[in-house]
Amino acid sequence: MKKFWAWLALFAGLLYFALPLIGMTEFSLKMRRGEYSFDAYAKVLADPRFQETFTYSVGMAIVTILFGVFLIVPTAYWVRLKLPRLRPFIEFVTLLPLIIPAIVIVFGYIRLYNTSSWLPLTGSATGTNLLLMFGYATLAMPYMYRAVDTGLRTIDVTTLTEAAQSLGAGWFTILSRIILPNVLVAVLSGAFLTFAIVLGEFTMAALLNRPAFGPFMQLLGANRAYEPAALAVIAFGITWGCMALIQIVSRFAPKAQSQPH
Amino acid sequence: MSDPFLSLKNIRKSFGPTTVVRDFNLDVGQGEFVSFLGPSGCGKTTVLRMIAGFEEPSAGQILVGGQDVTRLRPNQRNIGMVFQAYALFPNLTVAQNIAFGLRVAGVPKAEQDKRVAEMLNLIKLPQLGDRYPYQLSGGQQQRVALARALAPSPKLLLLDEPLSALDAKVRVSLREEIRAIQQRLGITTIFVTHDQEEALSISDRIAVMHQGVAEQVASPFEIYNRPSTRFVANFVGTLNVLEGVLSNEQHGIVQVAGSEIALSDKVATRKAGDRVSLALRPETVSLGEFPGQGSKLNGKIAEVSFLGSVIRVKVAVGDDIVSLDTFNKPHMPPPRVGEPAVITFNAGDVLVLQD
Repeated sequence: MKKFWAWLALFAGLLYFALPLIGMTEFSLKMRRGEYSFDAYAKVLADPRFQETFTYSVGMAIVTILFGVFLIVPTAYWVRLKLPRLRPFIEFVTLLPLIIPAIVIVFGYIRLYNTSSWLPLTGSATGTNLLLMFGYATLAMPYMYRAVDTGLRTIDVTTLTEAAQSLGAGWFTILSRIILPNVLVAVLSGAFLTFAIVLGEFTMAALLNRPAFGPFMQLLGANRAYEPAALAVIAFGITWGCMALIQIVSRFAPKAQSQPH
Repeated sequence: MSDPFLSLKNIRKSFGPTTVVRDFNLDVGQGEFVSFLGPSGCGKTTVLRMIAGFEEPSAGQILVGGQDVTRLRPNQRNIGMVFQAYALFPNLTVAQNIAFGLRVAGVPKAEQDKRVAEMLNLIKLPQLGDRYPYQLSGGQQQRVALARALAPSPKLLLLDEPLSALDAKVRVSLREEIRAIQQRLGITTIFVTHDQEEALSISDRIAVMHQGVAEQVASPFEIYNRPSTRFVANFVGTLNVLEGVLSNEQHGIVQVAGSEIALSDKVATRKAGDRVSLALRPETVSLGEFPGQGSKLNGKIAEVSFLGSVIRVKVAVGDDIVSLDTFNKPHMPPPRVGEPAVITFNAGDVLVLQD
């Protein structure tokens, strides 16, 4: 009897999540009257604004991931190695982007870096792109930091560092040849999450007026019927693709060496 | 020792208000194998980490081959180290692990490969170069860690309890292998352990440490047979301690449980009436009177344990207990608890403990 209720709860949960998706997918296929077709998808994919915004957001995602890796991996490593007492504080700081709304962050940026400020980043497209990248990196920080920190927990950071040092390695060698390869799967998990966040982000890109995928999805949703549904399915597909990649990549992780008893 | 290769001069290390190593002095000769032996928290690993450069001494000086390395970073010292936790790089194969130090030093690839093959032969694992650490047993991993530490030809080899994570059988065979490799290469080695058998069996000298101080630095034979302090005597091997009173300082006569013992070592710094702690190793004491055993004490059998080939007997002598082992002789029944007993020993085997 217990099993019956468990299965029922699972089924109800699946319905709750799956029904809207099934409905949306079905609706996206009904552009042609009386039959299912991929017309909406074809229209979306053929739209030059889709290509432009998608390319822009993918580029921004890659830059954000690289920036995130260069910022987070050495920080999380250093905190684990030298400042373990600061870990709760650092974790709290990395969680702040979940509490502070993106709109607050972006207004802060605009106020600090407007054209009449000492660092007028919003005065040029490159400067604004840089600001947007920092914003994305901030939004992705809770996920990236946690992923990397979890990866670092699986290896004996201190002993591996000391072993490498005793063999003559400096900090750069230790980070690039020992630490990063051993937390690569964790870094990739963080990277795929960052990718998904950047692709769907609306507030920052819209307020900084950059041609990103998030504002394009919103614009399309406001003016069309079938295309937004098709776009949403595409966006879901990308996100799930990222999740699948995390799973695949984690199979190729270097196995932790057997620890002594 | 004419020219020490490693010199530790007045080393002190404090963590906040706690001093974990104080006034530590040690000279180690070229090619010598010295063990730091002591209980947990005695500071032995801290001294080793200061030699490696992972900890900076609060005071004192460390010289390696005549060069002051006290303020050098660990990666500038050319000192190889083997860790208790193996510390092999999980993302690299055995061969890549061994080549790591050579690669960092910019050694040409062909030379690296040659040296890796040499090292794999040295540790008797020539066929395992392509394996990853997780595919090896604990003993094999520690051998690879040793090869990795030796590959860049370090000036000094440090071994931080390298055997304590291994099972007993592997531990014995690997310690013999470590010693054989060390002697073959002639590399100066410091070995940290809390296992006295390990230290006694493979060291040229042992530094017995207690509360941050080297209580005695001597050969294993000296440490075992002539411990200079009560701690060393108690820590290394089993020891029977008898409390007595010096009755004649000139002839070294000590009263113990109503009997007199004439010590062969005179207790020059003591005077008549002083309390004296005497120690006897179990193997120097016999149950019963035997010709040639000069000293004897009367007591009572307090405990008898039958261990097969050996019978362990504890004899109460005054307020002290003397433990000794006798061979099991099938035609002779073992002593019974409560029976009067005589223990005999040579005065020359009695150790006078210094506090």
